[in-house]
Amino acid sequence: MTELSAHLPQFQHGQLTENFPDNHLSNTNDNSERRRHDNSERRRNDNPESETNGQPQNRAQQVVEQDEEDEELTLKYGAKHVIMLFAPVTLCMVVVVATIKSVSFYTRKDGQLIYTPFTEDTDTVGQRALNSILNAAIMISVIIVMTILLVVLYKYRCYKVIHGWLIISSLLLLFFFSFIYLGEVFKTYNVAMDYITLALMIWNFGVVGMICIHWKGPLRLQQAYLIMISALMALVFIKYLPEWTAWLILAVISVYDLVAVLCPKGPLRMLVETAQERNETLFPALIYSSTMIWLVNMAEEDPEAQRKASKSSTYDKQANQIQNEDADMDDGGFNPEWEQQRNSRIGPLESTPESRAAVQALPSNSQASEDPEERGVKLGLGDFIFYSVLVGKASATASGDWNTTLACFVAILIGLCLTLLLLAIFKKALPALPISITFGLVFYFATDNLVQPFMDQLAFHQFYI
Amino acid sequence: MTAAVFIGCSFIAFGPALALCVCTIAAEPLRLLFLIAGGFFWLVSLLLSSLVWFIAVQIGGSNNASVKKNLLIFGVMVSVLLQEVFRFAYYKLLKKANKGLMTISQEETLPISVRQLSYVSGLGFGIMSGVFSLVNILTDSLGPGTVGIYGDSPQYFLSSAFMTLAIVLLHIFWGIVFFDACEKKKWWALALVILSHLLVSGVTFQNPQYEGSLVPSYIIMMLMATWAFFTAGGSLRNLKLCLMCRDKDFLLANQRPR
Repeated sequence: MTELSAHLPQFQHGQLTENFPDNHLSNTNDNSERRRHDNSERRRNDNPESETNGQPQNRAQQVVEQDEEDEELTLKYGAKHVIMLFAPVTLCMVVVVATIKSVSFYTRKDGQLIYTPFTEDTDTVGQRALNSILNAAIMISVIIVMTILLVVLYKYRCYKVIHGWLIISSLLLLFFFSFIYLGEVFKTYNVAMDYITLALMIWNFGVVGMICIHWKGPLRLQQAYLIMISALMALVFIKYLPEWTAWLILAVISVYDLVAVLCPKGPLRMLVETAQERNETLFPALIYSSTMIWLVNMAEEDPEAQRKASKSSTYDKQANQIQNEDADMDDGGFNPEWEQQRNSRIGPLESTPESRAAVQALPSNSQASEDPEERGVKLGLGDFIFYSVLVGKASATASGDWNTTLACFVAILIGLCLTLLLLAIFKKALPALPISITFGLVFYFATDNLVQPFMDQLAFHQFYI
Repeated sequence: MTAAVFIGCSFIAFGPALALCVCTIAAEPLRLLFLIAGGFFWLVSLLLSSLVWFIAVQIGGSNNASVKKNLLIFGVMVSVLLQEVFRFAYYKLLKKANKGLMTISQEETLPISVRQLSYVSGLGFGIMSGVFSLVNILTDSLGPGTVGIYGDSPQYFLSSAFMTLAIVLLHIFWGIVFFDACEKKKWWALALVILSHLLVSGVTFQNPQYEGSLVPSYIIMMLMATWAFFTAGGSLRNLKLCLMCRDKDFLLANQRPR
């Protein structure tokens, strides 16, 4: 999908997210042309989009020259942006693997989600395969339905519904799931805790999380919260999805992501195009952003945006919505993939209207002074979640244990790197799941079945290759 | 076994590699990227060689221990050859990528020199190789157990760690010499690198007689180290200047790409 948009409201808990918004690398060219008319914010958003956005916003006339300059900058700073994404992805995976290895709760079978009703404890292999296929089919159809529902809601401008949905999702995630997680960690390490302290801790954690994610907060804190909620979500999936179902769902979701983002009639693409037609940003989604410095680019506002900014100095929903929508359009990069609990960035994103107003007050020479190094990259949280699910499942259930986990980890990172490279080449929205998940799955099964016995034998005899 | 064994063995095996990463790779995102890509290439070579071994075992099919061991030896040899093939493939890929980057950015100099690439790729190969060899053993060392209770060597962990260290460093040196040989078309040097890799893997067949395997490996490692040092442009004079902190090139090295 071009542009960023992608904030598709998330699905409710228990559902897989949409791939939509995630993984869209924005098409900066498209953006710049469209933005020509709309100035500013969109462009601003472009910048953070990913390395492809090395391009500064330009006017139409400058598009061509900018493109060439941008390409050079893109490549030069591309490696830096790739690493800026590697770090949080790695961190999320480390958190998930560490939890899986230490807290046994997440590897214990305590039932399944209602979206995967068929059990995998069957007598025959054939029956198990059939059940897992049915489970995956149900899950995927739920996702497709929710995606279409989202597109419909968006098309008919039911913004309040979507926003409410997102807020409830993030509340659930930040309070309830973290409460369970904390409880299990305490049980594992045999830490005695009273309810009063626990309530205070969870309350603080949750409220600060809501503020950081939906309103404004320090960048690092916001990034940390996004990583934590992705890890929590991934852990839920790892716990409640039975094995074969999980692998199948991963495979099908990457195919779906590919289709939804690249096909002309894909829901995500339609969503983005609708948003573009309306000159709005999509709803804020869970997007991990590596930098906030793109605010500097907001200085070149059009008067409209400035009006909006000044209008919404308080938490005015309507104004915020517009602000956010504008800002969301700018949130390019990878469109976030909606995970079950998607927090909406309905409130101002990292940049709140107030901050934007402040920035807008700056003299606007932002275009020229844009420092490509300061442009950040964005990646949808759904990508974080599915990568972590893959690696977590590998560490939980593989016989090769650490070898398999490491192989999947490296495979996913390389897939992400290739995706970013494609983004730099094609400069349009691309899904971030397919390549990484494919590599991850191939390496998981290959390492578990082929490499592990080999390395085992080698270690037994102490042969070295 | 204790945490001391775990920490000791991990640092023996990975300490130098970690130090090298922290000092030379961590600051530059491009190098880190090529490091991970190098690790990926090694992983793919391992995958293919395990596939070959697996097929051989299925065909061989017997439960005879010596047949299995021979098949394993065959697997090791195939693996070594595939690793070198993939090192060559990585070299080709890096050359192409570098050329591409250069034409697109229209700069005169490459963003990263071939020498740096050879070092980084060697380190990537080495780290992946070391990690895959040792990490399961390290996790076992954290758990309960007695080493050598059935008559095997009680020095299992220590010798594994030292062998892994040798392999990691050797991969770095092989990388440097290999890339240089490819650049200058010195095919004899290439053959020598492959031969030394086969030799090092071969001496490990003598385990658990560690004198027979560790000592030759370390000797080969020292020889490769000096070879790589001279290949990378080092000389006794350079070394002296560097150690006495009088080498101006080295002191300025961080300030411009080489």
